[in-house]
Amino acid sequence: MNCRPSTSGRYSGWRLLLEGLTGQRGWSRAWAKAAPRPRYRVVIVGGGGHGLATAYYLASEYGIRDVAVLEKGPIGLGNVGRNTTIIRSNYFLPDNIRFYEYSLKLWEGLERQLNFNAMVSQRGALNLFNTEGQRDLFTRRANQMRLLGVDAEALDREQVKALVPLIDLDNGRYPVLGGFLQPRGGTVRHDAVAWGYARAASRAGVDIIEHCEVTGLKRDAAGVTGARVTGVHTTRGLIEADTVCLAVAGHSSQLANMAGLKLPIESHVLQAFVTEPIKPVLDVVVTYGAGHFYVSQSDKGGLVFGGAIDGYNTYGQRGTLPVAEDVAMEAVTLMPALARVKVLRQWGGVMDMSMDGSPIISRTPLDGLILNAGWCYGGFKAIPAGGMTTAHLIACNAPHPLAAHLDLDRFATGRTMDERGIGPFPYAH
Amino acid sequence: MLRIRCPWCGERDEIEFRYRGDASRARPTADAAPAAFHAYVYQRDNPCGWHWEWWLHIGGCRRLLKIERHTLTHEIKAVTPAAAATEPDVARESGP
Repeated sequence: MNCRPSTSGRYSGWRLLLEGLTGQRGWSRAWAKAAPRPRYRVVIVGGGGHGLATAYYLASEYGIRDVAVLEKGPIGLGNVGRNTTIIRSNYFLPDNIRFYEYSLKLWEGLERQLNFNAMVSQRGALNLFNTEGQRDLFTRRANQMRLLGVDAEALDREQVKALVPLIDLDNGRYPVLGGFLQPRGGTVRHDAVAWGYARAASRAGVDIIEHCEVTGLKRDAAGVTGARVTGVHTTRGLIEADTVCLAVAGHSSQLANMAGLKLPIESHVLQAFVTEPIKPVLDVVVTYGAGHFYVSQSDKGGLVFGGAIDGYNTYGQRGTLPVAEDVAMEAVTLMPALARVKVLRQWGGVMDMSMDGSPIISRTPLDGLILNAGWCYGGFKAIPAGGMTTAHLIACNAPHPLAAHLDLDRFATGRTMDERGIGPFPYAH
Repeated sequence: MLRIRCPWCGERDEIEFRYRGDASRARPTADAAPAAFHAYVYQRDNPCGWHWEWWLHIGGCRRLLKIERHTLTHEIKAVTPAAAATEPDVARESGP
């Protein structure tokens, strides 16, 4: 049954006050659960951040409202609800800086546009450096950003200490020499991102269909251009579409395999952790230079942190203990006071690790099949730009100028976007 | 936590090993078409299931092993010494 929420359901401070005085009885459902129709203009597989954002921008920016988002479980329980909520645009390659800066600008106006409090908090993102070589590298990166008009500042030890008193600057083995701050970086409440996009997309006419798993792709031979994807087989029947978009972070290879495609992707698990809630101690996102560790404090008071991927191919949405131990060691080396804080929860998310560490927003060798994949562990911050540029690719059948460098052909033609020059080793990005 | 039974050292914790990627690929001959090299370098089966992969016992005998492991359950079915002729390029690199 399709039951659209009433259009009078705008959220506002006055509404909150009114509902508070009248027993909170006037709220309607944030978004409508839809049943699948036999045919749509666009079917998006995956109701995560990128899938929902793509659907929303298709409807709001490109006027395509005949769209379905298919999700095998409930929305919001995949990687959009498993990340460490950080947003930033402090990249090095100019094309990547422009893309992520576009995303950051969209974050800045997102709540007004979606009429949803996503708790966008531009508290700053600080990368620490512990060696002279790192200082040079970060200075180069900061200069690159500033050349493109993006905010970046170099901080000395005293400025770092003033910003984050918790940091042990004089650690015997890894003394902190300074930091590189992007003041406009920060965090966003990730569940609110899923629900904000879902609500806005649903209100614009998009069907969000939960518990609908894609089991195969329908292909038609189409003359000289070769095969064409014309729909998806699902656990709730065949759904036909002019365009099918895959946005299934972590499982892109599995879905592409249904179309007979091999992708330049391996699936890996990234763990995240949250501590018990404590009083405010940290009002900036901190990334450690002597290891792979990043931490911020949520508005509930828990310290949210994570480290590197476990390091070998897996589809298990959990993590193993060696990395958990490694992350805990980094936490107490950087901020010794954290040794007395208890970890409340730990979880894992499976991600597409691409061969060059950069995402893929691209057409595929099959007509009618669009790919939004390969986000490595940077998918969350890219949700608005990923959604907008994927919507552009679907609507205009041409890449968005800011995402043209993220095409699938770059691997065959030698245009890889390798931020750190690591090479085609996904487990090392 | 994986426990890997090294043919030389016995059963050891995963922290002694370093993952070196998919072992099912075969390097094309030097005169192969660019498409064959593209497939070899970049494209992966990435299965959700049994997977042949290289592991280097860096904290032990420093031998390269070829292991069949399940990518969902992490169960290990087979551990074999890697023949020198089939060692991957990646094993000779000093990457992370």
